[in-house]
Amino acid sequence: MARYISRRLLLSLVTLWLLATIVFIIANVLPNDVGRTILGPFAPQESVDALNERLGTNRPIFIRYVDTMAGLVTLDFGDSFITGKPVLPDLMAAVARSAKLAGLALFLTIPVAILAGLYAARRRDKLADRGIVLLGVTSSSIPEFVTGTILVVVVGVQLKLLPVLATPPPNADIPTQIRYLLMPATAMAIVYFGYIARMTRSGTIDVLQSDYTRTAAMKGLTTSQTMRRHVLRNALIPTVAVIAVQIGYLFGGIIAVEKIFNYNGMGQTMLFAAQRKDIPTLTAGAIIIGIVYMLATLTSDLIIAWMNPRIRLDSDS
Amino acid sequence: MTDVIVSSKPAGPMAAPPTSERAKARRETLRVLFRRPAFIVGTLIVLGWIVTAALGQRITPYDPFNQFFAGHLPPGSDHLMGTDRLGRDVLSRVMVGSRDVLIVAPLAALLGVVAGTFLGLVMGFYHGMVDNVLSRLVEAFLALPVILVALLTLVVLGSSSVVVILVVGILFTPIVARTVRSAVLSERQLDYVTAARLRGESGLFILSREIFPNVLGPTIVEMTVRFGYAIFTVATLSFLGVGIQPPSPDWGLTVAEEYTNMISGIWWPTLFPALAIASIVIAVNLVADTLQSVTNE
Repeated sequence: MARYISRRLLLSLVTLWLLATIVFIIANVLPNDVGRTILGPFAPQESVDALNERLGTNRPIFIRYVDTMAGLVTLDFGDSFITGKPVLPDLMAAVARSAKLAGLALFLTIPVAILAGLYAARRRDKLADRGIVLLGVTSSSIPEFVTGTILVVVVGVQLKLLPVLATPPPNADIPTQIRYLLMPATAMAIVYFGYIARMTRSGTIDVLQSDYTRTAAMKGLTTSQTMRRHVLRNALIPTVAVIAVQIGYLFGGIIAVEKIFNYNGMGQTMLFAAQRKDIPTLTAGAIIIGIVYMLATLTSDLIIAWMNPRIRLDSDS
Repeated sequence: MTDVIVSSKPAGPMAAPPTSERAKARRETLRVLFRRPAFIVGTLIVLGWIVTAALGQRITPYDPFNQFFAGHLPPGSDHLMGTDRLGRDVLSRVMVGSRDVLIVAPLAALLGVVAGTFLGLVMGFYHGMVDNVLSRLVEAFLALPVILVALLTLVVLGSSSVVVILVVGILFTPIVARTVRSAVLSERQLDYVTAARLRGESGLFILSREIFPNVLGPTIVEMTVRFGYAIFTVATLSFLGVGIQPPSPDWGLTVAEEYTNMISGIWWPTLFPALAIASIVIAVNLVADTLQSVTNE
């Protein structure tokens, strides 16, 4: 197990380095002239040069690359082009706010989606199954901002059930905070319902067809005993993997959701940075989201290895 | 309506059958497809939007760009879906609103699938070192949400339809590559590949003439799946302001321009384009999903 974990960690670090390099290339190599990109095509050359000098973007590309990578190791993500302050503290505060929203979304969607997937698998090809599959396809195909808009119009404006904006008044207690976050979280939860339910369904169907499930049934276990002791543990492996991947992708959808509900989290911060061409904030944000994704997949791999000994033993040999 | 045979035989060839049999299998797949209501409904909706977009101003009740007066007018008998903040007819704008996304999204999907298939074929077939290096790169790309990288890239490069196509297409490439790679990995162990090797065929020949036709099925499925995601992605990017640019009546862009008015009760210029986006992404995904389940049987 220790060997599996260390191997897995090493691979994560390699991926993280590659990811940082990709982000660096997008932010520094593609624009060719960072100062010009920020100031626009009509700015005088002198101010562009001055800006490049101030930002350090007139140094050779290789030096900047080494500098950026060294900054990553020491957790120094540079200073914002706009405010001149280090980007990390602001980003971490935004990540914390987004984590609340994302956490609520996952909390809403995971149990419902897993139960729906399990139920659909048990009633395979029956009406309930068809319905759940159709619902899954539909829910995962609609962009979060569309679901968000429809929710605002119906639940917020017409029925006036929930607040339309997501930011709670300062020092609000937890139930109030949840009330404010409920609608944006639902908009995100709907997208993930489809992915998770379909993955649980197909994982469960595979396991239900296996020999060991039949053996369990034949040695006289009740259906619920079979499900609990033999089916669930194996059937949920792909589900755990897909949830981990979705945690990373959550941050893609969160940008649009936070815009609709005017919630000052990671997405809003990234979007403002994008509009003001604040490249350090954008790159640091992208790398933080990459780290979140790596941690999520790492955790899921460990959970999967714990659920299925074959995986961890295989890699040891 | 005389033929009632629904073959349960797999449509995908087990080991490179002659072309005629492949054509037969393809016809069979099509026939099964047209028995699925989800496939028919999905196709009809997509076709409907294509036709409306193509006919455009000839069938819209008003000129989608004509400003009647400065302000919002609720839905009524004159304007079935009301008017937007500049007094333009919402219904007319929704009808032509699919134009840009229906050009940008398929091209982005096509680019991603072509590049991804090529990459996946190379990765799956040559295995070893090439595969290891490329797999790590793909993994790194997949660690970032497409929307986020696209946002970053479009900010840096400036937004235009061509850049959106390129960026979304390139970001889809690793995703497609991974799918094709795993299809190639299972194909290359089959006897027909060994037979071709023993005949002394070159790697390039085996890859292009033997393996490629056999992974074409998953590739076509991937194309429809990617098309759905491309609409999803382009609409979201437009909503974020880095996708399709004004004065296009694009749905995502319209939602971005009007959503702040929802709070004051002006829901119609936002809701109708939003529902239009929902209808087309659901339709494309219904088609993709049935295609996937039919070819997997």
